[in-house]
Amino acid sequence: MDDILTIGGRGINNRLFIGTGKFSNYELMRNVLECVEPDVVTVALRRVDFGSKTENVLGYVPRKCMIMPNTSGARNADEAVRIARLAKANGAGNWIKIEVIQDNKYLLPDNIETLRATEILVKEGFVALSYMSPDLSVAKRLVDAGAAAIMPLGSPIGSNRGIKTKELVDIIIREIKVPVIVDAGLGRPSEACECMEMGCSAVLVNTAIAIASDPVNMAKAFNDAVKAGRRAYLAGLASSKKYAAASSPLTGFLREED
Amino acid sequence: MSYYNVYLKYKNLDFEKFFYGILPHDVEMAIETEGQDVSQFLTLLSPAAENYLEDMAQKAHSLTLQHFGRTIQLYTPMYLSNYCENQCSYCGFNSTNDIARKRLSLGEVEKEAMFISSTGIKHILILTGESREKSSLGYIEDCIKILRKYFSSIAIEIYPLREEEYARMVRSGVDGLTLYQETYDEEIYDTVHKQGPKKDYLFRLDGPERAAKNGIRNLNIGVLLGLNDWRRDVFFMGLHAKYLQDKFYDVEIGSSIPRIKPHLGDFKMLRGISNKVIAQIIIALRIFLPRMGIAISTRESPELRENLLPLGITRMSAGSSTMVGGYTIESHERLNTPQFEISDTRNVEEIKAMLAAKGYQAVLKDWMRL
Repeated sequence: MDDILTIGGRGINNRLFIGTGKFSNYELMRNVLECVEPDVVTVALRRVDFGSKTENVLGYVPRKCMIMPNTSGARNADEAVRIARLAKANGAGNWIKIEVIQDNKYLLPDNIETLRATEILVKEGFVALSYMSPDLSVAKRLVDAGAAAIMPLGSPIGSNRGIKTKELVDIIIREIKVPVIVDAGLGRPSEACECMEMGCSAVLVNTAIAIASDPVNMAKAFNDAVKAGRRAYLAGLASSKKYAAASSPLTGFLREED
Repeated sequence: MSYYNVYLKYKNLDFEKFFYGILPHDVEMAIETEGQDVSQFLTLLSPAAENYLEDMAQKAHSLTLQHFGRTIQLYTPMYLSNYCENQCSYCGFNSTNDIARKRLSLGEVEKEAMFISSTGIKHILILTGESREKSSLGYIEDCIKILRKYFSSIAIEIYPLREEEYARMVRSGVDGLTLYQETYDEEIYDTVHKQGPKKDYLFRLDGPERAAKNGIRNLNIGVLLGLNDWRRDVFFMGLHAKYLQDKFYDVEIGSSIPRIKPHLGDFKMLRGISNKVIAQIIIALRIFLPRMGIAISTRESPELRENLLPLGITRMSAGSSTMVGGYTIESHERLNTPQFEISDTRNVEEIKAMLAAKGYQAVLKDWMRL
């Protein structure tokens, strides 16, 4: 099955993106990445120690994976822009996951600042993937601003509650032409599968893998689920019915009249 | 509006009566609920909750994992000066204590910075006694200029400042403020702070808020356990943290719960605080405020720090000295009087190894100046 996702001119085979926070150690994180071979791995620039050999998380990401820095810690567009520029200046490429969060309680993104940062960074040549609260008008504006992908949240970061925003994400998938990637909140492989069945282009998972008792196997489970969900989407899911097809239809008499 | 208004609202609450009325079901509900209210927070701190410590610990552990993962952020304190105008009965730097006083020269600051930085630490906490004359803001700014070369995050634990002074600190490169109220009880506060500018309870209480208004990113508040009934002080500290979190939602709030440690002076610990109490406090705080940072310092023993880790700890100091010049200055020049005595003397490498053995990643860098 030749099914390549293209973002920013780059072909992506594995539709499971993985985040690198919250792991108990970098070796374990590397094992996860080596087993699952994601194409895209996101790293919080705030945590990257470019000067250190042993403490630099980038040193533990397999070469095959593309590193997508994120702007975690940015409280407004200006901070996100500065973080993105720092990432680029330090050789972390031109992909950026724009994450602007003012709310330290629920960690919900600020869509207005995210849009501002997207506008600026796209003009500077970044491939911008914008993390957002699912809102169709903002998603459209992000696309107009040149976002390479839209990343609506499934539920708050780290909450492991699943795709609680399903109806809203579903609308965005139908209306938006760039890839839609559900980011944040997915706690179970079945939820990742559900996203892919809906037609998401990819999902990003971090907490559910990092804090599992066995992160390697949990990552494999997510990987399988994403592949299964994608395959089901492409195969064309039969529409579901609320009621069984009755053997004695209530409208059967109409046929008799014909 | 100041947190003081919240404090006044609960100041005369009859804690004993409240605790007496708690039923087992109330504790169970307080553990189960999401988004505990004030009375449920107090229920978690109650004597009745002591019977549920294991259930509470399980919940606290899973909340900590969910929000912070298997990571612990490390930092190291650097004492710049022990000149102090205050007479805090519990502190080694009390101005009436007959100890040698010292303020690091800028050269010495650089030497200490080089040493601490060589351990891999990127988050530094600088401390001074309260003396605007000996440790002026200008001096502190000069120190920060040096420290910026070595550290990606600089927090200050100094005397409370006015708003424009906090703005000045932020501009110079400070991103964190640690300011403990020590005790929220105004009468006890007045008794233990015998003389000096620290007697001004309100100016200190509103310090974190003034800093938050002026761009600080991280606030760390705390109480010194042993001065007051711990349940009262921790209750008011928890409400303070919630007040700050609700009002400044772009600021990360953290807390510390140091116990009074032996030091030079005549102060005798008012109330003993057991390890079980420390555990209950951490657990209750974590359940009440799942995203709040909780630090545990080297005052506590290695064994206890390790046991407390899974209950909700997110930050630890490592390789600490509480003496001015304690890292690199020769002992005959150094002042041998610490602010308080340290129990966990392990260096950064040893703490990292311990964390790894416990299944935690030591996070040395979690911010960079923009």
